[in-house]
Formats: sequence, C-alpha cells, structure tokens
Amino acid sequence: MAVVDTADAAADKKRAQEAVLDLQEVSVLYSGKAAVKKVSCTVWRNRITSIIGPSGCGKSTLLRSLNRMNDFVDGVTIEGKILFANQNLYGDEVDPVEVRRRIGMVFQKPNPFPKTIYNNISWGPSINGYSGSMDELVERSLQQAALWEEVKDRLQDSALNLSGGQQQRLCIARALAMEPQVLLMDEPCSALDPISTAHIEDLLFELQSRYTIVIVTHNMQQAARVSDYTAFMEMGHLIEFGETDQIFTRPEKKRTEEYVTGRFG
Amino acid sequence: MSEPSSQPLQPSLSSSIRKGGTRWGEATIKLWLRICTALSLFTTLAIVVLLAVESVEFFRNVSPLEFFLGTRWVPLLNPSSFGVLPLLWGTMLITVGAAVIAIPLGLASAIYLSEYASDRMRAWIKPALELLAGIPTVVYGYFALTFVTPMLRNVIPDLQVFNALSGAIVVGIMILPTIATLSDNALRAVPVSLRQAAYAVGATSYEVTTRIVVPAGLSGVMASFLLAISRAIGETMAVTLASGQTPNLSFSMLESIQTMTAYIVQVSMGDTPSGGIGYQTLFAVAMLLFLITLLINVISQWILGRFREVYD
Amino acid sequence: MPLSSESAQKQLAARHRKSRMFKHLCAAITWSSVFLLAMLLVRVTMDGLGWLDWQFINSFPSRIPERAGIKSALVGTLWMIVMVAVIAIPIGVSAALYLEEFSKKGRLATLIEVNVANLAGVPSIVYGILGLAIFVRFFALERSLISGALTMSLLILPVIIIASREAIKMVPMSIRYAALSLGATRWQTTWAHVLPSAFPGIMTGVILALSRAIGETAPLILIGAASFMAFLPTGPMDSFTALPIQIYSWVSRPQREFHELAAAGILVLLAVLLLMNATAIYIRNRTEKRLK
Repeated sequence: MAVVDTADAAADKKRAQEAVLDLQEVSVLYSGKAAVKKVSCTVWRNRITSIIGPSGCGKSTLLRSLNRMNDFVDGVTIEGKILFANQNLYGDEVDPVEVRRRIGMVFQKPNPFPKTIYNNISWGPSINGYSGSMDELVERSLQQAALWEEVKDRLQDSALNLSGGQQQRLCIARALAMEPQVLLMDEPCSALDPISTAHIEDLLFELQSRYTIVIVTHNMQQAARVSDYTAFMEMGHLIEFGETDQIFTRPEKKRTEEYVTGRFG
Repeated sequence: MSEPSSQPLQPSLSSSIRKGGTRWGEATIKLWLRICTALSLFTTLAIVVLLAVESVEFFRNVSPLEFFLGTRWVPLLNPSSFGVLPLLWGTMLITVGAAVIAIPLGLASAIYLSEYASDRMRAWIKPALELLAGIPTVVYGYFALTFVTPMLRNVIPDLQVFNALSGAIVVGIMILPTIATLSDNALRAVPVSLRQAAYAVGATSYEVTTRIVVPAGLSGVMASFLLAISRAIGETMAVTLASGQTPNLSFSMLESIQTMTAYIVQVSMGDTPSGGIGYQTLFAVAMLLFLITLLINVISQWILGRFREVYD
Repeated sequence: MPLSSESAQKQLAARHRKSRMFKHLCAAITWSSVFLLAMLLVRVTMDGLGWLDWQFINSFPSRIPERAGIKSALVGTLWMIVMVAVIAIPIGVSAALYLEEFSKKGRLATLIEVNVANLAGVPSIVYGILGLAIFVRFFALERSLISGALTMSLLILPVIIIASREAIKMVPMSIRYAALSLGATRWQTTWAHVLPSAFPGIMTGVILALSRAIGETAPLILIGAASFMAFLPTGPMDSFTALPIQIYSWVSRPQREFHELAAAGILVLLAVLLLMNATAIYIRNRTEKRLK
C-alpha cells in the first residue's frame, strides 16, 4: 500500500469514498456469445483495482469495455450500465472519443508510435487542444512514469530505440500526459522481463495517490502486491470482488480460494 | 514530483461527456473519402452505360447476326460489311500465339524462381522481370517491327512485313513477366511442409515440383494465366505496329491481320464524324472487347478467391 | 521394395537425370528472359544513341529527320505526369483510406473491392473511349492536356487504390489502438499515424502506377493527342503530344531514319521512367529510415 503522511491520509480517505466507475450488470457479447456475464462492481477513486482470473475469463474484454475500445470489434454488444460521472458510458448521447480522453489505457505489448519520444507524449494532448507548455507536460509525464532521467537527453530519438521496459513506461507516460481520470492497464508487464516488471510495479505505488487505476493481470502475486481491491473472474462471471487483503487471505467463495492458492489456473 | 498543471486538460470528474457538435470537420472529411470511393463505381457505370447505349444504336442499323456471324469487316467503305469475326479472329491469333509462348516459358521461370533459384539469383531476376513488365507497349511494337520481323524474314521468306507471328511473339514476351511473377507468388505460398513431406519419401525435385507444388498452387497459377491472356486481348500498340490493319480470317500467321484493339485505333486516328456508323462501330467493337476481358477477369478473380480459402 | 536391385538403381539414376535436366531447362528459360531484356535494351540503344543529343531534345518534330526533335513530346509527358499525379493520387489514396479505415466490412465493401479489381483489368483503350466520350465530347474539354490527364487518372486509379490498400493493411493494429485510446478520432489516427506509416508503400505503388500512365499510348490516341506538334503547351486546355505518341508516329513511318529517331525517343522515355522509379526507391528508403 502507498505511504502517505497523516495530513493527506484524511483527504485520501475522503476521496476513496468516491466511486469513479460503477458497473451494473455489465455483459459483453461477441456476435451473441457472452464473454462477460452480468458483472457488477465499483472502482474507487485513487485506488488500484486489479482483475484476476484464468486465461479466457473475460478480464481483458471487461477492461476494454471501460473505455469503449470494444467498439472497434465487429459484432460487439454491451448490456447493463457503466456509470462514470453519473453517466452511462454507453448512453446514446455519449461520444466515445470523449470517454477515451478521460479514461486512458496501457496495452499488453508496448506500442509506442514510430516517432520521437517527445512526439509520442505530445501528440495526444496536442490534438486535444492543449495550450499550455508542452515541454513541461512532456517532462512531467516522463517523470511520473519514472523514465525522465533515462531519456531526458534524447527526447528527439526514435521511441523504437528504447528497450521493452522503457517503451512500456513511455506508453504509460503517454497515457498520463492526457491526465486521465482512470488509467486502465491490460497486463502491462506480461511482455517484460522481471526487472522492468519491478520498475513498473514501483511506479504503480507512486501513481496511486493521484490516479485511479484498474489493472488486469494474470500474475496473482502482482495483484496481491500492488492492488487495493481485487476482482476475481472466471468464465465471464465475476466470482468475487473485495479488498485485496480479504480476497487473498479470507476469500468468501471456494472457487476464489482455489484460484488464489494455485489449485488451478 | 511537480503538481498537476494549472490548466487541466480534463474537466473535473463531474463534467459531462456528451457529444459535442464540433465534429463536422470529421464528417466533411468522411464525405470526401466516400466520394472518392464512389468514383470507382461511377467509372464502371459510365463505361457500361456508354458502351451499351452506343452499341444499341449500332445494332439498330446493323443486325446482330451480321455482326457476330459475318466474315467480312469493311465498315468504312461502300459497300460496307459488318461481320466482326475477322477482328475476333485476329485477336485470337495474337492471344493464342502469345499464350503458347508465355505460358510455358513464364511457368518455367516461376518454377525456377520459387524452387531452384538462390536468393542472390532472385535478386537479379525479379527486378529484371519487373523491368520487362514496365516497358511501355509501344517499345515492344518498335522491337517487333525493327528486330523480330526482319529476323524472322530471314528464316521464313514468305513472311509479310506486317504479320500475326511477330505480334504474337512480342505480346508473348510482354505478358511473360505477369505469368512469371504471379505464378511465383502462387508457388511460394505453397507451404514448405508439403515439399518436405514429398522429399521425405524420396522424390526428386522434378517430381516434387510437378506433382506436388504446382498442383497445390494451381489456382494461383491458372489465375495468372487468365490475367495474362486478358492483357494480351487488350493489348493495342504492339499489335497495331507489328501486325497491321488488315482484317483477315486466314489461318496463316504470316499475313497481316487486324485485332479489335487495332481497329479501334485505326478508326480514331482518322477523323470519324460523331454519330455516323463508323463512330458507332468503335463502341460495338469496344463493347465486345470489354465483355470478353471482363469475363476472363471475373473468372480469374473467382479462381483466386478459392485459392485464398484453401490456405486459410 | 528392393532398394539395391539393378533395375531400381537404373530407374533412380534416370529420375535424377530427368530432374537435373528439368532444373537446367527452367534456369535456361529464366535467364533467357533476362537476356531478352538485355538484348532489347541494347538494340534500342544501338539504334537510337546516335540521334540522341541536345539538338534532339530541344527541337520540335519535323518532316526532315535531321531536324526532328522530341521537345514537345517530352514537355507534354512532363505536364501529364504532374497533372495525373495531382488528380489521381489524392483521390486514389482517399478511396483506399476509406475502404481500409472507415468502411464497415459488408456487402457494399466487397462489391467495391470486386469492382476496383475489375477496373484494373479493363484494357487501356476502353478508358480511352471513355475519356473521348466524357471529357472530350460531353464536358467539351476538347483534345487537351486536361482531357488526357483525366483519362489517364481514371486508368490508374484502380491500381493506386489496390497498391495503397496493401500498404495501409501493413500498418499494425496496435498503432491505431494506441492512438484511439488517447481520445483521437478515426481521422486523427489515420492522418497522424496510419498514413505516415503506410507512406513508403503507397509511394511505391503510386510511382508504379504513374509509370504505367506515362507509357500508355492508346488512350491518348483515342482522346486526340496530336502526333505532330510544333509548339509547347502553355496551359491545361492546350492541345498536346506525349512521348509514346511521338514514338508511335515515328515508328509508323517507313523510313529508317525515323525508326532510329523513334529509338532515340524510346531512350528518352525509358530515362524518364528510370528517373521516376529511382525517385520512388529513394523516397521509400528515406521514409523507411526515418521510421526506424
């Protein structure tokens, strides 16, 4: 858990009462076949919520529905509601582009643009009409992603020259530059080596005080280390959702216990 | 770590995420893209309508029976005759002659490229073939007139200056790269595992190639043949220069003939008054040409479509 | 199966011989094509080089071979390159972008795809007839550069669309997802990321299409390009001639001098094509390097 001093702790606790995303009986169907079945849970502000479960349980699908990235798949239908700022993300009057400006995403495989490091970060804000100092924004984002020191002297280099771990941190910085309300992370470390993974997990602790994070991971220990809340999914269903401590030490459902103790998955 | 900027990109959590009305720029762009795409449909429509309308006019004055079954093509003189068979025959002579040359040689080149040639050799041959394919057809016409025909006349004294044989040879050379490159692609798409299985039972490379690889890639190979034939049918300048302007139904390849395309060129080089019967023959012949090549292209595409299914 | 019997061994030897002969045959045929190309180029060069000099490039055609030149044809061709590029490239690339990035896969999309493939196979002379009827006669643009350019643009549009689509398909989906997840619209994603990444491939396809346009004679004959022009075009509505037309006109004459002039003209045409392809390769290499 992140360490905050007592003066912030109270403010922090107050913020945490606030629900950022409220999922109500959410189902996601690909051409009629349900990949996510009636999931209901809450994502709390400034907390890290992890989604765990065996392969194919629908966790990535659920994550992608939170920023309407599933819209790009043919034949997808969504049932239920996802409330964000008291609005259903999938309401008719909602523009998905606006949703994605506020809910950012980091993908499993690092996907930096084939442009300079600087441009990778600056592009998102610039097309969204950012009028402040871009240099400052780029520096700030890279610092938040713990990448600034390593690249500050070569911002005009191609992003493709960075190592895998650095590229992923660049992608995180790129998402952070949009100052999103929520940051979604889809197995961000699964393509990386253990050292880079450790870097990013440290990063998550730092980010938690300012961002709400939802992270999908197939690595249970990572979820236990990093998150405040955990959702366990299997076969599209949300089996159990609660504080991470409780899920891993005193799970209510038998299936949850079997998964977290490694009996399957 | 610095504080968040004083100018937030994002409004606070409670602000609305409703659709704005400012996406008209995007809508305009999409409209432009749609128009550009629709242009292709309009082009086809224009071709079909144009040829059909003028052909209908033509067939008001000339009976279809005379057109399709008549054996004399004298449209611009008196007494006129509108049998298109000599033109069809001329086109066929050229096409068949070209195919006889290009198909075996092109396929052999494709086999060599995909089965035998080393990467270094490929690096020389493929660009050479692309170059051959990129040479303008009028150059081939020149080559036929100034090189092929004189050379052939040494061997065949009866050869006329304008003759079908030179045209066929030169068109054959022209379509050979098409067959070679497309068949090469088709053969390379055959999985290596298939070849390895054949070698593993002790087959020689000749047997593997002719009995396993080529049959496996047959759809793509045949599609390449059809595409090349279609190109030969539509070929204009080389045959005009090499084979002359004389409609001719004889079996001899040593005489001058006229293809459908050469006729169209002939009519348009003179000043044909629009609306006259001469002008209309242009469209009737073009309609025939268009339909024939369309048929072959559609068949070739259908074959290619099946080819893709097999490996998916 | 007895492997060591004499007849089996003889059979095997025969099969190997056949295989070797087959390989050599295929090799011989393939290298003959290369040889043929070389022979063609050598022949043209031998015939035409003697006539290729500055006077040739800078003179207008003439009935007297010694005074004839290719100036009007060369300038006409250069005009055509520019005009066709300006017309066909934006339209073709736009259509390809729409088909790949914006349209939903469905019956209409398949129809358009089949349609474009068919158009690519229509003989160029049919495009000439289309151009004659629509641009020269219906739109009354007369036998001008613009008629020729519009006709040629229609001719190479399917080729550009097909080549551009291939290039656009090669851009990985992950780039698009990254851009979209930052709150970009589809067009913003396309313009800022897909198009730049696909640019080298598109460029190659475009130059190949333009090369084809430059070498085509039949459509230009149909729309009435002049075969004897003693002055240069000054604007898109002027009548014009082009290199292939001039070459054709010279080859059609019986005198040997004109055939050699034609050869010189061919050399100029091949030089233009070579320059265009070299430019394409250069641009492709430069942009590919920048993306690395």
